[in-house]
Amino acid sequence: MYQTTYHRASSVDEAASLFAKSSEAKFLAGGQTLLPVMKQRLASPSDVIDLAKIKDMIGVEASGDTLTIKAATPHYDVATSDAAKKAIPALAYLASLIGDPAVRYRGTIGGSIANNDPAADYPAALLALDATVKTNKRSIAASDFFKGLFTTALEDGEIVTAVSFPVPAKAGYSKMPHPASRFALTGVFVAQTKSGEVRVAATGASQNGVMRVSAIEAALKTNWSPAAIDSVSIPASGLLADIHGTAEYRANLVKVMAQRAVAAAG
Amino acid sequence: MGVEGIGARVVRKEDKRFITGKGRYVDDIKLTGMTHAYFIRSPHAHAKVKGIDSSAALKMPGVVAVLTGKQLVDDKVGNLICGWAITSKDGSPMKMGAWPAMAPETVRFVGQAVAVVIAESKNLARDAAEAVVVDYEELPAVADMQAAIKAGAPQLHPEAPGNQVYDWVIGDEGATDAAFSKAANVVKLDVTNNRLAPNAMEPRAAIADYDAAEEHFTLYTTSQNPHVARLVLSAFYNIAPEHKLRVIAPDVGGGFGSKIFIYPEEMVALWASKKVGRPVKWTGDRTEAFLTDAHGRDHVTHAEMAFDTSNKIIGLKVKTYANFGAYMSLFSSSVPTYLYATLLSGQYNIPAIHAEVIGVYTNTTPVDAYRGAGRPEASYLIERLMETAARQLNVDPAELRRTNFITQFPHQTPVIMAYDTGDFNASLDAAMKAIDYAGFAARKAQAKSQGKLRGIGVSCYIEACGIAPSKAVGSLGAGVGLWESAEVRVNPVGTIEILTGSHSHGQGHETTFCQLVADRLGVPISQVSIVHGDTDKVQFGMGTYGSRSAAVGLTAILKAMEKMESKAKKIAAHALEASEADIVIENGEFKVTGTDKAIALPMVALAAYTAHNLPDGMEPGLKESAFYDPTNFTFPAGAYICELEVDPGTGKTSFINFVAADDFGRLINPMIVEGQVHGGLAQGIGQALLEHAIYDANGQPVTASFMDYAMPRADDLPSFNLSHTTTLCPGNPLGIKGCGEAGAIGASAAVINAITDAIGKNNLEMPATPDRVWRTIHAA
Ligand SMILES: Cc1cc2nc3c(=O)[nH]c(=O)nc-3n(C[C@H](O)[C@H](O)[C@H](O)COP(=O)(O)OP(=O)(O)OC[C@H]3O[C@@H](n4cnc5c(N)ncnc54)[C@H](O)[C@@H]3O)c2cc1C
Repeated sequence: MYQTTYHRASSVDEAASLFAKSSEAKFLAGGQTLLPVMKQRLASPSDVIDLAKIKDMIGVEASGDTLTIKAATPHYDVATSDAAKKAIPALAYLASLIGDPAVRYRGTIGGSIANNDPAADYPAALLALDATVKTNKRSIAASDFFKGLFTTALEDGEIVTAVSFPVPAKAGYSKMPHPASRFALTGVFVAQTKSGEVRVAATGASQNGVMRVSAIEAALKTNWSPAAIDSVSIPASGLLADIHGTAEYRANLVKVMAQRAVAAAG
Repeated sequence: MGVEGIGARVVRKEDKRFITGKGRYVDDIKLTGMTHAYFIRSPHAHAKVKGIDSSAALKMPGVVAVLTGKQLVDDKVGNLICGWAITSKDGSPMKMGAWPAMAPETVRFVGQAVAVVIAESKNLARDAAEAVVVDYEELPAVADMQAAIKAGAPQLHPEAPGNQVYDWVIGDEGATDAAFSKAANVVKLDVTNNRLAPNAMEPRAAIADYDAAEEHFTLYTTSQNPHVARLVLSAFYNIAPEHKLRVIAPDVGGGFGSKIFIYPEEMVALWASKKVGRPVKWTGDRTEAFLTDAHGRDHVTHAEMAFDTSNKIIGLKVKTYANFGAYMSLFSSSVPTYLYATLLSGQYNIPAIHAEVIGVYTNTTPVDAYRGAGRPEASYLIERLMETAARQLNVDPAELRRTNFITQFPHQTPVIMAYDTGDFNASLDAAMKAIDYAGFAARKAQAKSQGKLRGIGVSCYIEACGIAPSKAVGSLGAGVGLWESAEVRVNPVGTIEILTGSHSHGQGHETTFCQLVADRLGVPISQVSIVHGDTDKVQFGMGTYGSRSAAVGLTAILKAMEKMESKAKKIAAHALEASEADIVIENGEFKVTGTDKAIALPMVALAAYTAHNLPDGMEPGLKESAFYDPTNFTFPAGAYICELEVDPGTGKTSFINFVAADDFGRLINPMIVEGQVHGGLAQGIGQALLEHAIYDANGQPVTASFMDYAMPRADDLPSFNLSHTTTLCPGNPLGIKGCGEAGAIGASAAVINAITDAIGKNNLEMPATPDRVWRTIHAA
């Protein structure tokens, strides 16, 4: 790791002003992505501004038809939150599948979506549930937030403060973990909104990061059942391929995970 | 046996320090004035080093020196050696290229060191390393073994034309051909034994400390065999004569073979310490471990097995290509030859065997012994062949094995080994009973009704351990003897120190070795301590690998104990005015049998050291040593059966049951044995399902971190169902065979046999990743 200056911010405003004052600052949340990259000397921020202790950025709350997860809430808290389990059990379940216990105790939803790893779990939930990303400057619809591999709509110095999820009628998540990293080799989140819209998002599959799967959405719109997906064919072109999964395999997984997510959603 | 004697499940003495974070590993040691080394490693798989410019780095803060491969060669530091000479079938010696500890001219694998920065801290050394400019001229590289042996392939070493190290044969080709010509059925199989990265929990580390006044070096290093390290460093690398070099291997966090070898980093640390006049520390990180710890396995094999009309094996032909990577590591040459092909008879009566092994250089990390070393490759091949044969001949796989089991001992195989004892039917019986083999068909049908593909796979392994009779390995080309030494010191107040040339790096010697003493003397193990891992304390020893510590190391302790006990009995008899023949040792006392006369061990010890009243002519003191050279290998064997389900939608494997019935001879501590089996099975299952060290076509490693290289984790593994069927080893007085490698040797075939049974297709390579299984299921 190179030399850096560590700051512990106590409020979102303080974090933003610290960022503005530094030459090449980075926000730090759970550090599960940023710190390994710094240790490998692939990132060398002049300043590291820790968001993880900002009280206003931690917690899970349900009110009316919305579940709000504040950005610095660790995955473990989401996985075990009564509010989350009651409002959107599939989301709590998704959080329980992230990495391993050490990662879940530290890693945060804000860090996860700001990083937008093409194999991260949360982006699939945000997209399928039509969530809204709240920042210190604005609100961004999930479909506008994710912009491809490791890119988001966030501007320099913009802080994600929370994510709010409309509570769906039904939702389910199914994930095939990558054997080494435990990220999603492919994960599919299916949701039926209270207004009857069907949204399906797959992570770990596309070369462009998290994606909607319109063919499966159409099939489920007519018939919300695993069998409805049987006849859908997912093309392998444009899908990721690596030593743990060919593009053809991932195309199969998009389908199979979607079927299992629907079964789980009921 | 007593509560702490042989056979007792004694809790490990060493765990208090390990689980409270008080272990003392190399990296925990800090010496006054210590500097830190950071190696500059090649990013290319094959390149010429045209120049190294360290001028900018030398001006950076805290930099003490930047040393290069050229300086190392100029200072006449020796090249790394390979300690086992193999002769090709044409009678020529194996063909080896030179391996300098840092490359002066040519790099041949990604991660090979070209220079080292010595600085006041590791971070400053790393900063400066980024300022060292190495001018490389890239050369074409070859990582794939099959590509490397083709005409026109990039050549690694001028000494080894065609990238071939040797072409070695074993067995009787004529007899084997004759058997095949009479065969009723021939079963053929091509298998790849995937390359693995050993990944001990503790990465390698070294601290070298040169004392200019004494012209003496101390090396703290992560070694499984510190005496062998000292021998090689002084005899071949010109570091220092043995009496001027002390090697200490303190607590070592796992080795699995990878810490047997003497690596460039410790050589460079020693040399650099003298050059800079200060201690030099190097601690590898995980990436360096992936790039530079010797890898394991990596074979490609074609094999054919001939059967007669009654399904008896009449012949076996094997042709194996073994990937050695870019250089010949310390014991690499012996692994695919004498540790592999000599086990090709498996548990079976095979009258004729012929095997050919071709050793190949590629632009990859060197390959050497890794848990099992050659024997997992042999066992996997034979057990895959038996399964394939059962399917082809349409007989039950367990039955085919029984038809061919060796049942008479001793048994001379056609490939050198003479099995001393065993009962292969007993272990197979135990495993089949434990898994309810008879009820499998019903369970398979039940699983099918739930959309799952269920399979069962048998693996009956045998291995040669307790390596080895020195005379035998010497005649086969080994550069060392493989005996072990021990010393028993009874202190004046009766506590006991056992000095052993074995080295514990996770095996629990501090407990098991004490159990032998407790068993013989009836003293609590708290009265006994085990001293190992320091060449200044322990007389010469050969270290720990090849499941040899109990069979060889503990037997050496027994021999020394016997000598000590004999002297102690004389002292006791003298004190008790009894005949020596009447003295028995019980509960820490020397008793006159049949009487209530006794003298406690501390009093005997005190008498030995005060020497006021010893038998006439007896030397004072109570300390004895012994060297023990085994007469044969030991042959642990067993049967593993795995039952699992495959999810046809994803190709993912889930274990239902995994049973292991092992014959390790006598068990010293069954709890520690179970731990060894668990770990071995985890590595065998890891190889079968998860692990694979992969290079791209240009020799760039694809799996150099845990984010890509899949290590087995607890939730990847089933709960193991272990049992033991015991035949005592006749070759050593304790009847011990060894248990350290069995799991890794036997498990992978059981898993692949079960998956291929589940999916109904026989051809499936390791690791059987979900993707690979899914593609195999759906392949036309
Ligand atoms: C071994 C391992 C396994 C993992 N497995 C999974 C998995 O299975 N599924 C999965 O989804 N993820 C997985 N992860 C990722 C992990 O869950 C974290 O979500 C992820 O590392 C980022 O979250 P963090 O809080 O650690 O962010 P950090 O590492 O602290 O930061 C990541 C990036 O986000 C920025 N950032 C952080 N918070 C904010 C914010 N509030 N506003 C703006 N920018 C911000 C930082 O500046 C940085 O650029 C794994 C990680 C590891 C190390």
